Amino acid sequence: MARRTILMAPGLGYLALLLIVPCLIIFAYSLFERGTYGGIVYDPTLENYQRAASSLFARIFLDSVRIAATATIVALLVGYPAAYAIAQQPRNRQMALLVLVMLPFWSNYLIRTYAWIVLLNNQGLINRTLQGAGVIEQPLPLLYNEFAIVLGLVYNYVPFVILALYSSISRLGPELREASFDLGGSAWTTFRRVTLPLTVPGIAAGAVFVFVLSIGNFVTPDLLGGGQRPMLGNLIYSQYLSARDWPMGSALGFILVVIMLALLFGQAILSARASGEGEARIVPQPARVAA
Amino acid sequence: MMARDPIRLWLNAHLGLVYVFLYVPILVLIALSFNKSGLPTAWTGFSTEWYGKLVANPKILSAAGNSLIVAVASTIISTVIGTLLAMGLEEGRSNPWLDALVAAPMIIPDIVLAIALLSFYTLLNMSLGLHSIVLSHAVFNIAFVCMVVRTRLKNFDRSIVEASIDLGASELTTFRRVTLPVIAPGVVAAALLSFTLSIDEFIIAYFTAGAGQGSTTFPMQIYAMIRFGVTPEINAIATIVIGFSFFLVLLSQRLNREAAP
Repeated sequence: MARRTILMAPGLGYLALLLIVPCLIIFAYSLFERGTYGGIVYDPTLENYQRAASSLFARIFLDSVRIAATATIVALLVGYPAAYAIAQQPRNRQMALLVLVMLPFWSNYLIRTYAWIVLLNNQGLINRTLQGAGVIEQPLPLLYNEFAIVLGLVYNYVPFVILALYSSISRLGPELREASFDLGGSAWTTFRRVTLPLTVPGIAAGAVFVFVLSIGNFVTPDLLGGGQRPMLGNLIYSQYLSARDWPMGSALGFILVVIMLALLFGQAILSARASGEGEARIVPQPARVAA
Repeated sequence: MMARDPIRLWLNAHLGLVYVFLYVPILVLIALSFNKSGLPTAWTGFSTEWYGKLVANPKILSAAGNSLIVAVASTIISTVIGTLLAMGLEEGRSNPWLDALVAAPMIIPDIVLAIALLSFYTLLNMSLGLHSIVLSHAVFNIAFVCMVVRTRLKNFDRSIVEASIDLGASELTTFRRVTLPVIAPGVVAAALLSFTLSIDEFIIAYFTAGAGQGSTTFPMQIYAMIRFGVTPEINAIATIVIGFSFFLVLLSQRLNREAAP
């Protein structure tokens, strides 16, 4: 017992001091007001949360939810068939195919985002090629809009979706599907009634991952959206570093954490129900690797 | 049976397109970094000119140096603390609250950790610089090291530790001669992971670096350059960074595989 405490003390102490205390501080800040010259006036108020519901903030919030939801759906639609295709390959090839999926995911996020600026801008590769081929006369507005943000988010997060779905699909084994075929189920019926319901945990894990990372994203809306469509992450950033309204920024950060926890909780319940166990368990996802 | 083969063909074609989608942007950057004009408009001949410009840019060099310092320091701190934490957690009964606390740094959104740490340092009146970035990066790195090492410890036969103690070895000797050699590949893989995460991390470093140019990290420098506009130098940086991170990932993959029984 004492030995275990000694082993864990530095780690738990570190996390208590540099994770829990800082999070409690911003929660406390969210209940105070910004002073006239920045700083914090220690006068308890719920005003920040009321302002978060005001029309200006609510619009950015709804934009964030819409963009994050679109990115999530597109990532699932792209990722599911890809994960399925990998799971159908010979066993010895599956590992190599997965490493190949994850490899871009490990290079710098900013650089992966920058690559799309090069491809999408008015003088970029796609517009130049299309113009050169005579398909279009004027360059298409591909960059600095919602389309570019969704594309950037899908590009960055689809590898993880494929990984999550693969681990769900590969666990199935061919027996259930063959049974369904033998009983006269068509390919579509088998997918809809057998495969899809059994891979709900993988779908939920992938979806929560993309949605949480997208809604709090700063870099993609900033660089690919050109600030045209600020999202929750950009709002927190500007409240902290431009407006110097730390209490407001803290309130928005706290709202983001609540959204994340609610989604993780929902995911845990879905996974527990799908696996037929009563016990709900939150599966930690390595979100940091993506950002 | 016959109906399924065209489906398989479609699935494989889709998978091929996904790889095209994932790799074309990266390959374009690599190709452009060797283009004489540096622009995507036309190929004007092979050149390593942009790499030369990079090496001569003091801002980029100092940012790369800073990132190296931050990554090495936070990797050392988190590898030691995270490995001990993993050993402690694996020794007793699992506690869902401790598991949640240890997983939290991996799932909390970056921007929230960034503002939380900045608020904390400011409240303490702490000076900001490379040291505050190191402390901040160790928060999430400890969690990742702990996760990787715990996976390795799960397959660890504890009776050999007991045998070592029974034979009269001290705790420290047992750790050094028995436990560490077994978990070493996991610890090295964890260290590589935390090094990669730290050297790539942007938003938390941006918030906790303070105002001085002296604590600009590599990702912060890249961000500033991208904000400034599309310049061919970024293609050369991108190629180096991509090559470097691919090397690290493949290395840690290899270590992990060698460790598996």
